[in-house]
Amino acid sequence: MSNAISALQGRMTPGEVTIREAGLRGMIILRGDLGNKKLRSVCKTVSGVSFPEQGHANCIDERGLCWMSPDELLVMVPYGEVADAIVKIDKALKGQHYLAENVSDARALIMVEGSYSREVLAKLAPADLHPDSFQPGDFRRTRLGQVAAAFWMQDEDTFEVICFRSVAEYAFDLLAASAKSGPVGHFS
Amino acid sequence: MLILNCPYCGVETDETDLHAGGQAHLKREGPGSSDDDFEDYLFMRENPKGVHFERWRHVYGCGKWFHAARCTSTLEVFGTYPAQTLEPPQEICDKISQKRPGWSWGTFK
Repeated sequence: MSNAISALQGRMTPGEVTIREAGLRGMIILRGDLGNKKLRSVCKTVSGVSFPEQGHANCIDERGLCWMSPDELLVMVPYGEVADAIVKIDKALKGQHYLAENVSDARALIMVEGSYSREVLAKLAPADLHPDSFQPGDFRRTRLGQVAAAFWMQDEDTFEVICFRSVAEYAFDLLAASAKSGPVGHFS
Repeated sequence: MLILNCPYCGVETDETDLHAGGQAHLKREGPGSSDDDFEDYLFMRENPKGVHFERWRHVYGCGKWFHAARCTSTLEVFGTYPAQTLEPPQEICDKISQKRPGWSWGTFK
């Protein structure tokens, strides 16, 4: 078995807002009926967090559930546990109409950490990131510059951003450039 | 900038997050239809100055298609609604009637 390597191998641009590639993270795309009781319960079992509402993400450390669309959920677990998690999901949903796919190696995860991280994201995405509209627990799929991405807040100063692995470098450079150019003061 | 509310995600999203899908509520004419009906289906489109119904796809978000009712001359948005319907919901029509009395669009009014 070859060694798994994350998209940017932990690259970091330190600063008042630090941009850091977070390494490997287990991600499973689960499509199906999100109202289904079996689906909800196996997701909770596998991730250890409660089931998210529309437009929300429940994440604790490396585990989490993110609401991607009315029939799509992102299940996050530590990288090494993905295979087990998919086996559990397959077992629980056998005979039902669903799809669970390991997308861990197709994605990159980038952390944006620091005092004005909210503005670093707001400069790049057409999303309302005002503190009144976007808080820890909220989840948004949108674009960063020219590529698709999704993000959520771990806490007031920390965003987690996911994007496709093929555009990880672009997304990282974009975030680093946004951080380097400093705060705007728009939200203060 | 056109800002629409995605009825699936419940978020305000602007046109750079979306993909325009042309006129809404087209009736598909398939095999067995007359040549005239098929031609209308393929080529004839509403092109109003005023109330219009369009298809949009939340392409950078949930990826779902939805419908939007808006005014082409003022960019005012009357509302958005899921695409699993053959006609605009009554509440959207009522809202348009309030703001644009006497409006009509295709077979809707």
